[in-house]
Amino acid sequence: MERIVYLDHNASAPIRPQSAEAMASACALTGNASSVHRYGRLVRQAVEDAREEVAAMVGASPAGIVFTSGGTEANNLAIRGAGRLRVLVSAVEHPSVLRAGADLEIVPVDDDGVIDLQALASLLEDETGPALVSLMLANNETGVVQPVAAAVEIAHRHGALVHCDAVQAAGKIPVDMMALGLDYLSLSAHKICGPAGTGALAVADGAPLAGVAFGGGQERGRRAGTENLPGIAGFGVAARLARTALEEFAGLARWRDGLERRILDLAPAVRIFGAASERLPNTSCFALPGMAGETQVMALDLAGVAVSAGSACSSGKIAISHVLEAMGVDKAMAVCAIRVSLGWTSTENDIETFIRTWTAVRATADAAVRAAAAA
Amino acid sequence: MAYSKKLLDHYENPRNIGSLDKNDDGVGTGLVGAPACGDVMKLQIKVGEDGIIEDAKFKTFGCGSAIASSSLITEWVKGKSIDDAAEIKNSEIAQHLALPPVKIHCSVLAEDAIKAAVSDYKVKQGAGEKKIKAAE
Amino acid sequence: MGKNTNKGGNGAAKPRWNKNSPLYLDYQATTPTDPRVVEAMAPYWTEKFGNPHSRNHHFGWEAEEAVAKARAQVASLIGANAKEVIFTSGATESNNLALKGVGLFYKEKKNHIITCLTEHKCVLDTCRHLEQDGFEVTYLPVRKNGLIDLRDLQAAFTESTSLVSIMGVNNEIGVIQPLKEIGALCRQRKIFFHTDCAQAIGKIPLDVEDMNIDLMSISGHKTYGPMGIGALYVRRRPRVRLVAMINGGGQERGMRSGTLPSPLCVGLGAACAIAEKEMGAETERLRLLRDRFYEAITRRLTEVYLNGDLEHRIPGNLNFSFAFVEGEGLMMGVKELAVSSGSACTSASLEPSYVLRALGVDVELAHTSLRIGFGRFTSMEDVDFAVERIAGEVERLREMSPLWEMAQEGIDLKSIEWADH
Repeated sequence: MERIVYLDHNASAPIRPQSAEAMASACALTGNASSVHRYGRLVRQAVEDAREEVAAMVGASPAGIVFTSGGTEANNLAIRGAGRLRVLVSAVEHPSVLRAGADLEIVPVDDDGVIDLQALASLLEDETGPALVSLMLANNETGVVQPVAAAVEIAHRHGALVHCDAVQAAGKIPVDMMALGLDYLSLSAHKICGPAGTGALAVADGAPLAGVAFGGGQERGRRAGTENLPGIAGFGVAARLARTALEEFAGLARWRDGLERRILDLAPAVRIFGAASERLPNTSCFALPGMAGETQVMALDLAGVAVSAGSACSSGKIAISHVLEAMGVDKAMAVCAIRVSLGWTSTENDIETFIRTWTAVRATADAAVRAAAAA
Repeated sequence: MAYSKKLLDHYENPRNIGSLDKNDDGVGTGLVGAPACGDVMKLQIKVGEDGIIEDAKFKTFGCGSAIASSSLITEWVKGKSIDDAAEIKNSEIAQHLALPPVKIHCSVLAEDAIKAAVSDYKVKQGAGEKKIKAAE
Repeated sequence: MGKNTNKGGNGAAKPRWNKNSPLYLDYQATTPTDPRVVEAMAPYWTEKFGNPHSRNHHFGWEAEEAVAKARAQVASLIGANAKEVIFTSGATESNNLALKGVGLFYKEKKNHIITCLTEHKCVLDTCRHLEQDGFEVTYLPVRKNGLIDLRDLQAAFTESTSLVSIMGVNNEIGVIQPLKEIGALCRQRKIFFHTDCAQAIGKIPLDVEDMNIDLMSISGHKTYGPMGIGALYVRRRPRVRLVAMINGGGQERGMRSGTLPSPLCVGLGAACAIAEKEMGAETERLRLLRDRFYEAITRRLTEVYLNGDLEHRIPGNLNFSFAFVEGEGLMMGVKELAVSSGSACTSASLEPSYVLRALGVDVELAHTSLRIGFGRFTSMEDVDFAVERIAGEVERLREMSPLWEMAQEGIDLKSIEWADH
């Protein structure tokens, strides 16, 4: 296992041992949080403790935290539960936002991947009904950070509610829901080094939310289903650790930047997407024209380095990234993109291994191209 | 929803369980609540000639809070005059036992029970009737 | 804390259970995760942490393979093809997806759904929302034993019926509905049959082919698997189509988006595999425990009524009304036991169980009910201890009960005019 260098933290971040331990002890605690006997009450307490940790990580109120099965469910819940007729989303949102409703209105982004606030404002000026704006805090593919506070300012001026998909941003950069003035914020546990299968939607005081799944009235009637105690307990611990590890995480930018410099030195034709924008400190998405992303990723994997081409959520379909497309990247370039994302298990040595391996992969590809040309 | 120590003590070691002879003229009986609602309380007082409650007994069908509320009120009324006993407020019981909000109705039931017992006693003595007539 | 293994049953006189570590007898609320399941999941939390949808590297493939194996394990337990199993966050989501997903997909042609009064809250609640959206819903009554009458079902069918949703096993009273017969009737009429099998899976043999089941909801944590995971079986031939409730990356054949939690999938798969292997023997073992409990408690106490059929019932459930003793008070008394009065989802409220009311149990008796759930880690000594504690407490509380006293005096409680409180 040590042989493999994992540089795909944006797809799924390895769980922190403390979070795994919290889950293990929660597993030993048998109980349904709705039961009134002793075990039920212990479970309820554990759920409430985790709720506070998760709220603290993103500056939300604990009462506003609705636990879900993950980021996708949280995004769906916000967009449908807000009950607004118009939904405006940026072109680079995660598919779970883009497909959460019919008739979504798309707000374009510029070449650097940043939302066009002007366009947002003019769309909102068409007063055809109360709107919801959904804008991610940071993009999963490029790491580009959106001007959410500015967007909230514009949206609120037009009476719109704002949802923010902070699945990729949480635990990587400071997130403060109240300071940003957000109405809704989505989170995923496995992206903040917690367990897969748990997420949350943070709802601001007074923001409307109609439940989407119906049943036992859990989560104040906003999300039915027995609370996933081990998952929630693990999420709580991961949230606490994420909050304290932000500075350390910011330090990854040094390695990421070094990696990009060296790649550019090796191959000046490389294009780094979103480089001119504020980005997550751990993410690099780049393309070398002529070298298909898919091929690179496969070759890197054989050499023991795990990265990704485009988003992991596209279920194996080889499609052009909608994110790069929205940034005006042409198809030939977009198919060559790969994403390298660092995290808490990354070491400086991983960067070395990546550079060494990528150089070799590129040399092989070049040789193949030359051989083909010669033949 | 953890219960207070006092409540648990009254539930586990209830005071004054039992019955008094309901046909005795010196005994007042209050039977309140309904089985369909999940609570029935029977509270009896034995009143001396001086109008002081000498003994009190209860039987309760209900949750732990209902049992504790009735146990507590039998303790409180002993030695009190019937008029003072009828003045006990449910809020005092709720506060003493630290009843959770969903259980406040148990203390209301206890208050109703003592009032009903006092009223039954007065009716038996003929005092109740006379007073009502005078008031009219 | 909360460990309920049957180890350490040394037969010593001093009971192992006390109020700080009560004996767990609430297996219908949730089950302990089987240690073998925990063990199967462990590597997928830590070193094998990949995203199963990452198609380009080792970590992704490893997770994907594990998910595929789990899917096959779930499918095998119910006689399905692995392709027909989609993972969800639990039975509540599965039930929501089955009812709303199928209902909405066929709404233009057919807008009538048949279910039953004793279904789980999440089925009833979803049906109520569908009614608000213009659906017609028939809620079938149940007989005194808790089972539906097939003639009622037949009478309820209309030209516009798209879906019948009847649970496999009831969560409060453990009765088993006649799934095979219901499935046959539905198939005859070309109506889809959904069954909430959260309480049935691993407890009774289920076969989607033999029973003509088109959709089946499955829960992880009710069958010794992890919380936060469930599944929905969706038949491919004849094909059942549904509108997805959670959209996004198009995972689970587009029916349920979201990154699959591979460790939880592995846990559910392992739980199903264990159930498949051990169900037969375990059923027999639990039946012995159940019979011992039933005989001992009815021998010791009078005026004890079993709610729901005894024969068509999983062996891990007993639900009694202990007349003249209020259920919540009783539950508080037996603090060395973790049992439930009413179902866990509603037990925080004071309403008597709607399930018992649907059986025609008097509201007075419904207030005196207690659900006792046995399972994999319950031992014979546990049963003896529970009987002793419950019987002792019922006797104590009856001595304290004015209703018991009146009944002993021969007063008919129904003849009394009770003040509404």
